[in-house]
Amino acid sequence: MSSLPLVAPPARSFRGLPRSRLASLTVHAFGAAPCGRGSDHLLSAKQLSRGDLETVLDRAAEIAADPGAVADAHGDRLLGLCFFEPSTRTKMSFDAAMKRLGGDTVDMGSVESTSVTKGESLADTVRVVAGYADALVLRHPSEGSATLASEFVDVPVLNGGDGAGQHPTQTLLDLYTIRENAGFQDLTVGIMGDLKYGRTVHSLSHALTNVDATQHFVSPESLRLPRSVRFDLHEAGAQVREHTDVDEVLETLDILYVTRIQRERFPDENEYRKVAGEYRIDAGLLDGVDDDLTVMHPLPRVDEIAPDVDETTHATYFEQARNGVPVRMALLDLML
Amino acid sequence: MTDPELRVSKIEDGTVIDHISGGQALNVLAILGIDGSGGVAVSVGINVPSDRLGGKDIVKVEGRELSQNEVDVLSLIAPAATINIIRDFEVAEKHRVSRPGEVTGVLSCPNANCITTEAEPIDSHFEVLGEGVRCRYCDTIIRESIADHISVA
Ligand SMILES: Nc1ncnc2c1ncn2[C@@H]1O[C@H](COP(=O)(O)OP(=O)(O)OP(=O)(O)O)[C@@H](O)[C@H]1O
Ligand SMILES: [Mg+2]
Ligand SMILES: [Zn+2]
Repeated sequence: MSSLPLVAPPARSFRGLPRSRLASLTVHAFGAAPCGRGSDHLLSAKQLSRGDLETVLDRAAEIAADPGAVADAHGDRLLGLCFFEPSTRTKMSFDAAMKRLGGDTVDMGSVESTSVTKGESLADTVRVVAGYADALVLRHPSEGSATLASEFVDVPVLNGGDGAGQHPTQTLLDLYTIRENAGFQDLTVGIMGDLKYGRTVHSLSHALTNVDATQHFVSPESLRLPRSVRFDLHEAGAQVREHTDVDEVLETLDILYVTRIQRERFPDENEYRKVAGEYRIDAGLLDGVDDDLTVMHPLPRVDEIAPDVDETTHATYFEQARNGVPVRMALLDLML
Repeated sequence: MTDPELRVSKIEDGTVIDHISGGQALNVLAILGIDGSGGVAVSVGINVPSDRLGGKDIVKVEGRELSQNEVDVLSLIAPAATINIIRDFEVAEKHRVSRPGEVTGVLSCPNANCITTEAEPIDSHFEVLGEGVRCRYCDTIIRESIADHISVA
């Protein structure tokens, strides 16, 4: 492993490093990003064209088939982990991905242990961490946090979830899982649960417009897709079909993507229990459906998928979680 | 005085915002951050008869010109407005407003969970849509009553 210079190189030299593979992503997608300032950030799934998706997923498949080939690919690179909210999967899989590329991570630690508790702004925190790392992954409870961060640093920012906004790297692993299990041809996807606050839903639904998927959105009235997401889907030429009952669409689906309905979204416990009970799936519900139906979930699940579904051929959520590593390796490999 | 629009005394230097859509004058004052406490001399005409607009509002501010950010938001709530810069009692410049592609500052994002509502060193920033505006940071769309989101400084 080559030694690191003691003085950080000026920001521009980062962009001067060999980046042949990044070029396709930067020029065609991230460079044309409507948000951010035209740098190689991944802030929103809205940035990703069909070509970008295929590039990342193809690279992920290559890496999954032969992880040894990239084991030393990024030995001199450090990824900064800035998680202002608890995270298990996203943080651990980025950590694993970076290390499996031969690189390493530096971790801000939990918010309680940082200068954030002293009132430091996000803009300051990311500027400092950007001085220690070659790219940043940011998870933050406020919508727009990743976009803000991208305006203050010269290294790529990867949005690891911004409030109820976006979660584009989750979307990439979701799409990888969908492509492996159902393919993109004539795809019909049902997305169920908390569509209002679910950032994985906002990212995924937009990305699915790239493959012309038919999408059905299933949720209680109070948790339907927000106006801004419906607006974008319409702009992308997608039809938004909304339902309150999954039975209306279950038989037509290739993919059922289930998300968690959170207790804190409801004024009282009774209301929550009633709604959560209606948006729960179990083996009995899936009894009559086609064997090919793939059931996905970004995890963690609580009650919305009964444990008896795990034993069925439909259950794909643990495979989905596992795909987080090769997909994030592919993304880092292309962006670093 | 024969000019019915000059019911109060003439201003020497300042700005006359004319042809404001009827009923929007108080919102225009809000955009300018004028609530009467700053000691600026202001006169306001509400529902003044007008050939072009039927009824219009007019705002005259002594000793003050508008920033581009203020003009941009003004154009969203008063698309027919004319901005007259007064120097030495005369109209020195006259500008029509035009719909901008984006607006910075002045408006605040209605999404309480938006990063722009935190203590960060950034201004709000909205993309102007065919109808309404949209927060660059959190994507929230404001379509109805944009004036309700003028930030009180
Ligand atoms: N010194 C001044 N003090 C206060 N108001 C003024 C002064 N000079 C002009 N105005 C007002 O500014 C507006 C524009 O003045 P102007 O003389 O250009 O009128 P106009 O020809 O009717 O313009 P427009 O074609 O834009 O309606 C009018 O409402 C006028 O009453
Ligand atoms: Mg006139
Ligand atoms: Zn916002």
